[in-house]
Amino acid sequence: MGKIYTFLKYFFITVWTVFVVAPFLWALTTSFKDFNSVNGGATYIPWVDFEPKLEGWKVLIKSPANGGVDIIEPYFNSLFVTCTASLISIVLGTLSAYALSRYTFKAGFVKNNDITFFFISQRIMPPIVLSIPFFLFLGSINLLDSLIGLIVVYIVLLMPIAVWIMVDFFNKVPREIDETALIDGCNPYQAFFKVVLPNSIPGLIVAGMFCIIFGWIDFFFAFILTFTEVQLLPVKIVALNSSITPWWSLSASALVSVAPLIVVAFIVERYLSKGNLSGAIK
Amino acid sequence: MNFKHKYIFLFPGLFVLIGILIFPIIFVVRLSLSGWNSYNGLNFIGLENYIRLFTDDPRFWESFFRLSFLSVTTVFLQYVIGFALAHMVWKDIKFQRFFRVLFLIPMMTTPVIMTVIWRTFFHESLGPVNDILSNFGMSPKWLTDPTLAKITVIIVEVWQWTPFMFLLLLAGLLSLPKEPFLAAAIDGASPIRKFIYVTFPLMAPISIGAIIIRLIEASKIMDTVYVLTSGGPGTSTETSSFYIFIKGLREFQMGYAASMSFTYLIIMIISLTVIAKVLTKLLLKD
Repeated sequence: MGKIYTFLKYFFITVWTVFVVAPFLWALTTSFKDFNSVNGGATYIPWVDFEPKLEGWKVLIKSPANGGVDIIEPYFNSLFVTCTASLISIVLGTLSAYALSRYTFKAGFVKNNDITFFFISQRIMPPIVLSIPFFLFLGSINLLDSLIGLIVVYIVLLMPIAVWIMVDFFNKVPREIDETALIDGCNPYQAFFKVVLPNSIPGLIVAGMFCIIFGWIDFFFAFILTFTEVQLLPVKIVALNSSITPWWSLSASALVSVAPLIVVAFIVERYLSKGNLSGAIK
Repeated sequence: MNFKHKYIFLFPGLFVLIGILIFPIIFVVRLSLSGWNSYNGLNFIGLENYIRLFTDDPRFWESFFRLSFLSVTTVFLQYVIGFALAHMVWKDIKFQRFFRVLFLIPMMTTPVIMTVIWRTFFHESLGPVNDILSNFGMSPKWLTDPTLAKITVIIVEVWQWTPFMFLLLLAGLLSLPKEPFLAAAIDGASPIRKFIYVTFPLMAPISIGAIIIRLIEASKIMDTVYVLTSGGPGTSTETSSFYIFIKGLREFQMGYAASMSFTYLIIMIISLTVIAKVLTKLLLKD
């Protein structure tokens, strides 16, 4: 019984590992191919099946004038938009989450839970519903095709995540530590910034990681709300996917875009092992 | 004195969110009651868009049922696989951290970008899948056969988002209390009984949360479809979002697209609430 389970376990894990890794390996080999080795059918092993070329990687840093792809600027645009929107969402979301966790609000039939639900429910909103009005709205205030416009939109995407994780996190931080701080003569702001916040760093990191993930992987809003002035990485890479697709540079740029988030995966796993995520999810 | 500063904590976030959203929401409703074209702008036409939607647009409803099918199937698969994986790396496994990180990685990758890679992966003549299958005399049309295209979308979605389910469920497993498991061990329960009577019931609330979160996210499926099949072949992988996108931002029937968006939003909220209630009843029997 135990042996069968162990065998099945490792079998299943192996199969899944292969499934997870397969597209990455495929992208990695494809990125070293050129036109001939792609169009002759599928090949896998460099030097044996095909002659590896660096063309796919070289075009990434060439300027478009020389036939390059130039993903450097979109890369930094993406980083900038994601990080700024995440930071704003975390700051505002944490403050609101703290208020919702520690104080009671009542306005008519609206209570704390309803306000929390309002924040989180923004995730239910299908992006398409917002995209058309945002398109016209940002157009009317001249923020279409700009970094600021995108940051504004991303705040709507990310703040619900920050509030969701931080409310649950603050609920787990014992109230006594605020109360002790207040008795010791802190005002509520000092109590929050000097006592509660330093005790909430794991929660902030987890919330930050989630914001960064969901900001970085967004394609839809960047696709609809920007055209030529500002391009984000996913839009740029997908634009390569035209009728005559350069599979090699496509694969290389895909790998480059995935790379920074691998670090995030390690951080998330670390906090997961320490049990810091559990409260956020219930 | 409590009443003042609690608002100072709450309001910045709340008002920024409301401030950004209030215009779009009102505008969607207003737009949905209007005709729109580039030369006369908005003109009020009452409920005409809604009447057209409910009486004369089977394509929208088909895309909605397709979406329901795709999201329920993918979330179900993600739940089963994610739970299995989480349970397997929960304890007693070699290279535990390695597998945990590895299984998380797909959700960190940008769906559209990975979908572009998947497109080359499933390419009919140049991709590795058909290259291997051709040894057995098969060459399935992954992206151009109506049924297979749906399956391809499901495969890609499962690859992309099972890690999220895995993450939520593993976090849940790691937070479970130890006592029930000790009790089960003392009673000499077999692993299967332990799972059915201890682990699964304890995980029920987390399972519900995770399934709802994933259903919400899965209902937005759009990137994958856009890159993988563009809704095709024909309309066989077209989801609601994608259809609204085509009407609104390709054919510029903004008013009609807005009425679809609004209807779609209402249906989503109602169906997700119902699903949440039903799941709570099913999984939390006691």
